[in-house]
Amino acid sequence: MIRLIDVQQEYDNGTKALKGVNMRIDDGDFVFLVGPSGSGKSTIIKLITAEIPPSAGRLMVNGYNLNTIRPGQVAYMRRTLGVIFQDFRLIEKKTIKENLTFAMKAVGASPRAIRERIPYVLKLVGLEKKGDRHPNEISGGEQQRVAIARALVNNPSMIIADEPTGNLDPQRSLEIMMLLERINELGTTVLVVTHERELVDRFGKRVIAIENGRVISDETGGYYQHDETI
Amino acid sequence: MTKRFDLGYHLSEGFRGIFTHGFMSFAAVCMIVACLLIMGSFSLVAINLEHNLTKLERDNEFLAYIDETYTEDQARAIQAKLEALPNVATATFITRQEALDNYVDQQGDNELFEGLPPTVLRDRYSIHVNDIEQMEATVRLVEGVEGVANISAALEVAKGFVTVRNMATVIAGILIAILLFVSLFIISNTIRLATFYRRDEIAIMKMCGATNWFIRWPFVFEGILLGLMGALIAFGLQWGVYAVIVKAVAETDGAQLLELLPFQSMALYVLGIFSATGLVIGVGGSLVAIRKFLQV
Repeated sequence: MIRLIDVQQEYDNGTKALKGVNMRIDDGDFVFLVGPSGSGKSTIIKLITAEIPPSAGRLMVNGYNLNTIRPGQVAYMRRTLGVIFQDFRLIEKKTIKENLTFAMKAVGASPRAIRERIPYVLKLVGLEKKGDRHPNEISGGEQQRVAIARALVNNPSMIIADEPTGNLDPQRSLEIMMLLERINELGTTVLVVTHERELVDRFGKRVIAIENGRVISDETGGYYQHDETI
Repeated sequence: MTKRFDLGYHLSEGFRGIFTHGFMSFAAVCMIVACLLIMGSFSLVAINLEHNLTKLERDNEFLAYIDETYTEDQARAIQAKLEALPNVATATFITRQEALDNYVDQQGDNELFEGLPPTVLRDRYSIHVNDIEQMEATVRLVEGVEGVANISAALEVAKGFVTVRNMATVIAGILIAILLFVSLFIISNTIRLATFYRRDEIAIMKMCGATNWFIRWPFVFEGILLGLMGALIAFGLQWGVYAVIVKAVAETDGAQLLELLPFQSMALYVLGIFSATGLVIGVGGSLVAIRKFLQV
């Protein structure tokens, strides 16, 4: 569960990225966060992942109060999140399985847990036969599936996808979004930051629109189709 | 899901780090070796000088000659006064006759000295000091004792030893401080380079929820391995260099006066100091280098 209460964010250079954002995402939700470039979407992701502390306001993520969280607790808070990026961020010299093993070892998983978990997530993302390949031996869509598998491998309660389809063609984008929808149906909360209006409208999920550092709408069933200015 | 400290993983990652930027690792090890060799060489010089000074203190005596108008009883009465002086370890009385006998014994042709009366020599005290550094002051004090007519002391030898030892200590201190700093800097840059090579992996680890210490350990182990490698190489070289010096001293006229300790008697001490210093440099350099990367 994520709660932002009147959150403001001002960077050192004086830029006011967020001007009092209120937002609530409950466990099990599937939410699109949309808005033009510079609207504050990335800042919200950075706040949720505790890369930066909020300048003002209150912020709760999966039971952790990020206003008062101790530095040593940040790692444990992040284990409740799985993050997916537009550029996949896979380690090129490692195979797909090794990429997933790396993510599990990072949180101190036992060899047995690694052996049991990786085949499960690879099957979930449809890559069970490509575990021994390197990222440069598979397509962009498949690389994003690996990134999703890596985000899922530590069994987080929430997936945050930052422009997950930005580097993919429409067909692959649709497949990735359907995969995220399936993951959501299995109980994981999903927050997708995207520009892709067709996808957002197609899925008919809850859409939070942000512009100029403020939430301008929070509706279920699509947003872009109603406002051509964004 | 959290597991115990995974030594095997951290060690293997540390090894991997060393070879992914081999040249910097090589440079770091060379710097550590240079630092330890210089530190070790000066330390061994200081240890040997200290050993020779102690030996000198033990062996070296100065002689206090007693006024020739004093009777033997009067001369013997001075002993208590001499032994009461600060830094005087022992004051051994030697009669004229004993002094003459010793002198004659040291000469090859005893017949030459036959019939020589002991009155040609004076009664004397052989005085040993506790601290050779204070020898000159002690000589002055002994000179001031009533009944002491003259002093014979090899002050220059003692002064020479003390001066060389003090210089060696100061130079070693300065050089060690500079080299430790340079070594720390080089190690730190080596590890910084390692963190730069692995910045993407570090970012992924942090995003997955790795703790700072989980990220730190491989770099700390890399530093430890570099430090220990440097220490072991320096130890081997130090042994060789010392053997060469011992041989050179033995073959140099005049230098035979120096008694050099065998390396084996100091080997464990040297290895321990080298390893500890290598570890401190390695761990210190790693922690300095990784600090900034963990602030995200």
